[in-house]
Amino acid sequence: MARNKEALLLLLDVGPSMHPALSEIEKVCSMLVHKKLIYSKYDEVGIVLFGTEDTNNELTTEVGGYQHVVVLKNIKVVDGDIVEALQQLPRGTTDGDFLDAVIVGMDVLVKKFGVTNKGKKRVCLITNAQCQIKESDEGTKEEQVTTIAKQMTAHGIKMESIIMRGKLSQDANKGIMDENDRLLNIFSKETSTRLLYVENPISLFGALRTRNIALVTVFRGHLEISPKLSIKVMVYKKTTEEKFPSMKKYSDKAPPNDKFAKHEVKIDYEHKSSKDPDKVVPPDQRIKGYPYGPQIVPISSAEWEAVKFKPEKGVKLMGFTDSSNVFRHHYMKDVYVFLPEPGNTRAMIAVSAVARAMKEMNKVAIVRCVWRQGQANVVIGVLTPNLSDKENIPDSFYLNVLPFAEDVREFQFPSFTNFPASWQPNGQQLEAAANLIKTLDLAPHGQEEVLLPDFTPNPVLERFYRYLELKSKDPDVAVPPLDGTLKKITEPDTDLLLQNKSEIDSFCRSFELKGNPLKKSRRLLGGKRSFSNDEEVKGNITAQPANLTGNASVNVGKIGDLTPVQYFEALISRRDSPDWVVKAINEMKNKIFDLVEDSHEGDNYPKALECLVALRKGCILEQEPEQFNDFLKHLWNFCQEKNLPSFCEYLASKELTLISKTEAIDSENTDDKARKGFLVKSEPKVD
Amino acid sequence: MDLDGDDNDNDIFRDDEDDPQAQLSLLENESSKEYVVYLVDASPKMFSTTCPAEEDDQNGETHFHIAISCISQTLESQIINRSYDQVAICFFNTREKNNLQDLNSVFVFNVPEREFLDRPTARLIKEFYQLEESFSKIIGSQHGIVSGTRENSLYNAIWAAQALLRKGSAKTVDKRILLFTNDDDPFGSIKGAVKSDMTRMTLQRAKDAQDLGISIELLPLSHPDEVFNVSQFYADLIGLEGDDLVDFMPSAGKKLEDMKDQLRKRMFTKRIVKRLKFMIVNGISIELNSYALIRPTVPGAITWLDSVTNHPLKIERTFICVDTGALVEEPTKRFLPYKNQNIIFSMKQLSEIKRVSTGHLHLLGFKPLSCLRDYYNLKPSTFLYPSDEGTDSSMCMFIALHRSMIQLNRFAVAFSGSSSRPQLVALIAQEEVIQSGGQIEPPGMHMIYLPYSDDIRFVEERYSDTSGMVNIASDDQIKKAANLIKRIDLKDFSVCQISNPALQRHYAVLQALALEEDDIPEMKDESLPDEEGLARPGVVRALEEFKTSVYGDNYDEENEPGTEKPTEASKKRKANAEFATKECENYDWGDLADTGKLKDLTVVELKYYLTAHNLPVSGKKEAIISRILTHMAK
Repeated sequence: MARNKEALLLLLDVGPSMHPALSEIEKVCSMLVHKKLIYSKYDEVGIVLFGTEDTNNELTTEVGGYQHVVVLKNIKVVDGDIVEALQQLPRGTTDGDFLDAVIVGMDVLVKKFGVTNKGKKRVCLITNAQCQIKESDEGTKEEQVTTIAKQMTAHGIKMESIIMRGKLSQDANKGIMDENDRLLNIFSKETSTRLLYVENPISLFGALRTRNIALVTVFRGHLEISPKLSIKVMVYKKTTEEKFPSMKKYSDKAPPNDKFAKHEVKIDYEHKSSKDPDKVVPPDQRIKGYPYGPQIVPISSAEWEAVKFKPEKGVKLMGFTDSSNVFRHHYMKDVYVFLPEPGNTRAMIAVSAVARAMKEMNKVAIVRCVWRQGQANVVIGVLTPNLSDKENIPDSFYLNVLPFAEDVREFQFPSFTNFPASWQPNGQQLEAAANLIKTLDLAPHGQEEVLLPDFTPNPVLERFYRYLELKSKDPDVAVPPLDGTLKKITEPDTDLLLQNKSEIDSFCRSFELKGNPLKKSRRLLGGKRSFSNDEEVKGNITAQPANLTGNASVNVGKIGDLTPVQYFEALISRRDSPDWVVKAINEMKNKIFDLVEDSHEGDNYPKALECLVALRKGCILEQEPEQFNDFLKHLWNFCQEKNLPSFCEYLASKELTLISKTEAIDSENTDDKARKGFLVKSEPKVD
Repeated sequence: MDLDGDDNDNDIFRDDEDDPQAQLSLLENESSKEYVVYLVDASPKMFSTTCPAEEDDQNGETHFHIAISCISQTLESQIINRSYDQVAICFFNTREKNNLQDLNSVFVFNVPEREFLDRPTARLIKEFYQLEESFSKIIGSQHGIVSGTRENSLYNAIWAAQALLRKGSAKTVDKRILLFTNDDDPFGSIKGAVKSDMTRMTLQRAKDAQDLGISIELLPLSHPDEVFNVSQFYADLIGLEGDDLVDFMPSAGKKLEDMKDQLRKRMFTKRIVKRLKFMIVNGISIELNSYALIRPTVPGAITWLDSVTNHPLKIERTFICVDTGALVEEPTKRFLPYKNQNIIFSMKQLSEIKRVSTGHLHLLGFKPLSCLRDYYNLKPSTFLYPSDEGTDSSMCMFIALHRSMIQLNRFAVAFSGSSSRPQLVALIAQEEVIQSGGQIEPPGMHMIYLPYSDDIRFVEERYSDTSGMVNIASDDQIKKAANLIKRIDLKDFSVCQISNPALQRHYAVLQALALEEDDIPEMKDESLPDEEGLARPGVVRALEEFKTSVYGDNYDEENEPGTEKPTEASKKRKANAEFATKECENYDWGDLADTGKLKDLTVVELKYYLTAHNLPVSGKKEAIISRILTHMAK
């Protein structure tokens, strides 16, 4: 027997008023059993229905009464049968009397486990509690409920209640509901459990606790206010990310019909010398190296043990500060909760006093935490007060981990007020935005908060467990689409959008749909500058397939003529093949020759120069300086031979030079030679 | 093995930064590496004290010192952040010269075993930090802009920096020149045609560098009573335009410490983690960039070395079938025992399960800020800022929502369809916070990852199972506590005030080892409480009053009995300690240590000593022996 095993009895109201919610109840209860089958295989589960058409329980035969209560499944270790039963709950025909169900449920538990308070026994009631409870034979209803609740406590039975309200209970009698709520509150108080109201299907998934996780203290000891004053506390995890259940790698080497095969994969690691690939280095010849910039610094375990940072275990107050000094977005990790030591009344009062004073003064506490002896680091956290509104729960603190100076990256961003006027909203636009915010209110006054994290399930995990169940019946089944209820988590609520269509339309109209692209102003604080954006690149590439073969066509020529520099930059920016660089350079060379040859009285010279400058830039960037240098010399000679000296004069006047070594390492020209070579060529002209 | 052998979940669960979409986005659009040349003006003006008559504590501060401090801190941050960025440090207006082109008045600082532009090493950081003392002897300070000879040190400096940055392609590396100077008019002493000629040449040189994809950024140093006039010369050099000019102007009267802080912040480059499309309503969306402003910094990953040669080891991983012993390719399927059968999942199916939404950010609605509880947190937040690839109307929309959310005290609830972990998120509008002339908090929205119901534990309710009555403090006790809170107040607290002592020590040790120094410098632990402050009479009095109101006259927290009985675990622990103490007496530990025979004992025997003396028992035999020897030395 597992020490932490639990016996859970589900009391489900299947009366007519509950019918709209039963499909969701089926899902959430099935989910609970799915998880038990994975994480708590020895737990026991039973199902009791009330509001049913027929009656089937032992109390009816033993003492009479308790009509319309059915023990659907007596308590037993979880198996597939429980899942099957929960997925096809019969729809009842009678208003449910939850008190009858509670008594029958307790009877089931006592008969199963006897008169002992050992082991975990939990009753979970799901109802809308809007139907009249029969009058008690002895005393008032409250007295009867109190008696039953005390007996539950004596037997170690806890009772949780989930009361479904909202649309379900619009037509219900408020007086009856109030009375029922008072009765259920007695159960909650006496057995120290939760009484939850849910108004929509999503919250139901979060309300029913589907998994019991044993509480483990992170720290137990003194919260040291000063060396002379400490408060005994216990620290637990408040939040931890729930992950997929652990799955093992699957091996299909063994034959499928081998019933003893485990189909598991083991992973072996070997450390091998980087110089001798066949030599395995045993653990005692290995040493750790840590990076320090480009260096790897070796350090032996003994040496590291001697010099490493060794903080002393303990939680110490550093001081209090205004809560405005700690930003919400600085919270770094899972959250912890600090509770006073159980049974220590003075610790309870001390925590309560500090927490309430902090609340009044809007202060938080900064603490330094070393949870364990031998821990290699320190946690700096902020304590915020968590005042209790229940009389059986003490005041406490939440602790959130704060970043150190090294963890904060102090990037600078432009102020919104410095943006141009077209980026700033006017009064009408601001009002439209405010209206949208008020309209899409997920926590309207007097109603349940939608998507409350405490009650919102993880749609991915929900989907996984359902798929697991489906796969257990049909291994080849496909992943089903996301459930409609879970879709309300991932997408806006269509009802909410429809109800507020006019405000939404007004918002959309306030911000014109087709705005101008933001100016690509140069970034002051660094960042790469692109020669063209992606769309231009795509446009040019798709327009130039014919050119890849080197054959010019009329269309290609036209585009090239219009924007040769842009075209060149687009080609040279393609990264998928180095061939593009060569093609781009060659194309640009041809273009320059064409421009010079076809010029009339120098009208093409500025364009040719522009192309030359772009080519020069591109060759430098792509580390191809000789391509440009050779071309420039060739062009020069060409102009001399073809009796086009005016272009040479034009180049000389613009001071275009060869690419020098400082600009591209592969160049053979020093700066002087780059400059001088050009001048030498211009001298004969002077002569 | 220190390696994590169980990597079942490694493929399935990743942070946003591990998101393949984000990585693709980074590779396509953004540089992931950065080359920086720090150009530091070393003219005599940089060495004059900034405010000779005022503020005694800042008497020794010079602009040169501020620049050196900024760069030193940035180099250390680079080591801690394990960046692959490369840096070069170049002084101009120097007496000596050291550069590839043999240019006058330009000195590129470097240390052995390192190129001019390279990743920072331990020796570089150390020697650069100490450079200030020996600067005048080794490098020297001298005006480098001379009219008669047409010498132009600023031109030469930019040219030398440009040469250093020719490594790598501009497509994959951000190239930056950071220019530190306090002279807003470098050619002010030149006259006539020579002045305009030198100015034009210098501006042209800067423009050439910028055309090659190098950005030039100015980090001006100004006097408290004097404004650095960017318009004089540098606005043209770095290409500032009308609106940008206002942004850039440092305000007069800025404190030196704040100036240093601002300079350091400007030296950072923002790295986009991911691009997001924020779906508002009816198909309207805003393009956003997300940034990681806060992320845990951890020591670098361990590289296993051969202890004989100090060469890195390669780790080979093999998959072996448990049933047949055969080698297996990396398995593509997982299985989970369920209802007496193995349910098999392919990686494709697991990915499909997680695809519950598109990769965008979907607005669901808004809630009051009071609904955001302190325990709704799982991991660091992400900062959202509008992308410059949107439209002016999408920018307008973002600003309108941002402003309205602040005014109405609301936050947005959205669903982030990340492929690694789809998540409900809260978007909190952050107003810009400017203090002492610097931006403390940038304007934008912080995306906080909300827990699901499964992620939240109901500890408080479970607590009540184990305790009886609950006590609430009285008004008098609360008042005494309030008085105590006033006394122990951290004024102007900021998370940037505390360094991580473990991290600082880690890197101090590595630096000392890398430089083969004998001593490891002592680190100050800034995370410890201020004991002097707690001993002040006012604090002590408030403490006593609070203590008396809660504990009465008999404060004895150390011996306060809990109602809990000793657990089985603690009983066992005590029995083990007694047994270990008894066994420990059978050995002459001093003699064994002196004769070096501790290593002949078994681990179990060694652990008797550790348990008896309440020391940790973890680690390999070597570590255990080291711990025993350390303890005996006390």
